[in-house]
Amino acid sequence: MATSNQTTLPPVVTMSGIVKRFPGVLANDHVDFDLMRGEIHALLGENGAGKSTLMNVLAGLYRPDAGVIQVNGKTVNLSSPRDAIKAGIGMVHQHFMLVPSQTVTENVLLGLDEPRFLMRLSEYDDKIAELGKQYGLDVDPRAKVWQLSVGEQQRVELLKMLYRGAQVLIMDEPTAVLAPQEIDDLFETLRSMTAQGKSIIFISHKLNEVAAIADRITVLRRGKVTANGLPAKGVTTQELARQMVGREVVFRVEKKPAKPGEVVLDVRDVYAENDKGLPALRGLSLNVRAGEIVGVAGVAGNGQRELSQVICGLRNATQGEVALTGELVSNRPTLYGIQRGMAYVPEDRTHVGSSPNLSVTDNVIMKKYRKPPISHGGLLDMNEAGRFAKELKEAYDIIVPSVDTPVRLLSGGNLQRVILAREISGEPAFMVAVQPTRGLDVGAIEGVHRLLLVQREAGSGVLLISEELEELFSLSDRLYVIYEGRIMGEIQLGMEEPSDEIVEKIGLMMTGTPLDKIEKEAAA
Amino acid sequence: MDFIIILQAGVATGTVLLFATIGEIFSERAGVLNLGVEGMMLIGAMSAFSTTIATGNPWLGLLVAMFAAGLISQVHAFITITLHADQVVSGLALTFLGTGISLVLGEGLSKAGTVSLLPNLSIPLLSQIPLLGPIFFARQSILVYIGYLMIPLAWYYINRTRPGLHLRAVGEYPSAADALGINVFRMRYFYVFVGGMLAGLAGATISLAVAPGWFSELTTAGQGWIAIGLVIFAQWDPVRAAVGSYAFGALRRLILDIQGPLTLLGFDNPFYYNPYWGFFLQMLPYAFTVIVLVIGSREAIRKRLGAPAALGNPYIRGERGL
Repeated sequence: MATSNQTTLPPVVTMSGIVKRFPGVLANDHVDFDLMRGEIHALLGENGAGKSTLMNVLAGLYRPDAGVIQVNGKTVNLSSPRDAIKAGIGMVHQHFMLVPSQTVTENVLLGLDEPRFLMRLSEYDDKIAELGKQYGLDVDPRAKVWQLSVGEQQRVELLKMLYRGAQVLIMDEPTAVLAPQEIDDLFETLRSMTAQGKSIIFISHKLNEVAAIADRITVLRRGKVTANGLPAKGVTTQELARQMVGREVVFRVEKKPAKPGEVVLDVRDVYAENDKGLPALRGLSLNVRAGEIVGVAGVAGNGQRELSQVICGLRNATQGEVALTGELVSNRPTLYGIQRGMAYVPEDRTHVGSSPNLSVTDNVIMKKYRKPPISHGGLLDMNEAGRFAKELKEAYDIIVPSVDTPVRLLSGGNLQRVILAREISGEPAFMVAVQPTRGLDVGAIEGVHRLLLVQREAGSGVLLISEELEELFSLSDRLYVIYEGRIMGEIQLGMEEPSDEIVEKIGLMMTGTPLDKIEKEAAA
Repeated sequence: MDFIIILQAGVATGTVLLFATIGEIFSERAGVLNLGVEGMMLIGAMSAFSTTIATGNPWLGLLVAMFAAGLISQVHAFITITLHADQVVSGLALTFLGTGISLVLGEGLSKAGTVSLLPNLSIPLLSQIPLLGPIFFARQSILVYIGYLMIPLAWYYINRTRPGLHLRAVGEYPSAADALGINVFRMRYFYVFVGGMLAGLAGATISLAVAPGWFSELTTAGQGWIAIGLVIFAQWDPVRAAVGSYAFGALRRLILDIQGPLTLLGFDNPFYYNPYWGFFLQMLPYAFTVIVLVIGSREAIRKRLGAPAALGNPYIRGERGL
């Protein structure tokens, strides 16, 4: 609630006209942002919308290409995290910056000029315990960080900033790593901090959370502000979803109506863990039929990567199973799936999808070298391999001086064509493609889209996992939305552009509302 | 065989290992593995001895040794910290470089005669303590006493001071240290230099006190490698390093002295009559080092022992793409 006396005070932070460019990307395009004293201001947007970039500028990690930052009405130059801390701005990163082998107190004191030389830790232990009590940040100062839960570690990060006298706290996706109970604790802490005059910027892409905690909301899309400092009261999540996801002109690809056949891929109630051993998939089920492209939409990091890996056998499912044309392929060697018609276009095309130092020929025969005509009795027929590679080079328009060129010298679009050529030439029954057009230019994107549609016409099933909604809309026949390792709902897409209503539904599902709940609310 | 004399000499020999091991602990705690200890020690031993011969001042020899070895350590620092090269390869190269330089510059030094050495002293009251007194506090080189002081100081510095906290942070999680304004690169250069200086001091301790003279690469005879093994054995802790260093020093002396007498406990001394047995004994400390290094190279075991988490990894800073 913005009361009248709050608005008469100058903002704690004003950012105006911030521009930040990265090679090939305009991450922040003249962004304005302001923060009042004692408020929680949410910064909402999809992955890659520029939220973290904007806040890294404020935290002194990035230098803006243009724009002015004012703190308490005075223009400041923030060229390092130190400058930002001096100006009273502290950032709690998504990945904690804590030394695991040191105690809480040692972590808080790290990098400070005080104490000068000798450290009597017990004195500081008390100081830090007291500071924790003041803000409801309960954590034992003598504990080593590696012994703490993720929620406690986050409190240490907050303590670090409060101890340095931060007035403004930037929380980058603070709930992403927390359990529901810990999220409640965090929200309570944040409210107690604002009550004591601190100001908080809360970066998130989860609508429900933002609605629960924020006083005001600023929405970014593709580096631009689409809603500036909306009061959180009286704004609907539907509206926020539209602001966040946006309606862009969908680039339509010519496609014939789908003729879906038998189910080729059946994922049944799959659970899996991510690299850190945390749950990534929690009872996920979906299926793909022959002759259709099925999209999986979702914000990055909701289990897409793990899903694709479980399907092709690169990651074990802890529960549930994956069947390819009726045969169980999960928790089996990748070769087992490949021999049964599995094709995989991975997200990381330079290290998983190809071997950068090997030639185009070596890369395209990787799934064929075991059998004639490429090999005979364990010996490779390099003439035959070269002939095969040249054939693919012509058929797939791979622009390369020679098939002996190492693929690391290829552009992203050409490399993706090499990978697609290899996968498609195996005439797979099913293909999973993850972010197949990420980082490609418009022409190359079109080429990749065409190849995926060719697969569909040829009667193969395609699972397209992407963060680009437009891409999903223009290619998919059906669409699943994934959120925190679960499917939130399934949408049938026709030949036309999806209606605003459908887009809104997808936006809500991407931020954690299941489809049945949306429909129930719409009916009510 | 007088065990008191063996142990007394063992403490002196152990002081060499102590300096080298504590030096390597500083470097590794900052995250830089430096396998060039042997080379840096040779540089130290050679430059200490030749400076002392030239000037007649062993203290000056000591200083030159520390500075020279510190300087050569910065080659490793530049290659691994600034150029992000593999620390193992660069460290091995540094050993060859240090050995080569010291052999070339030390040519003829072995016939250069005797030099004035650093003084030996006894500590008045402490040397009267039965058993321990004569071993630790009687007629020892002043460097041995410096070693005693260094153990608690190094421990205290690492564990109880602000710069020590920063040192540990840089070796454990450099990006966290960097985010709080600690200059990771400068810290690493500095502690590699400290490691080099202490290796130089270790070398000088040999050539000016423990076994005076220059005997080319036999001066150090692989003690630099033992020091590297001791760092793992000591779990990167100066106090444990001291225990290991003195134990190894005593063992070295025992192995040498056991080959002297004709009889041992009333029997014919097999180590006297059969030189192969002696070689076997002499091999033991190095065999131990090899075993410790092999075991210590396993990631899981290193973690269990408490190796600095960022040990061996170059720190590369940079803006993310997006």
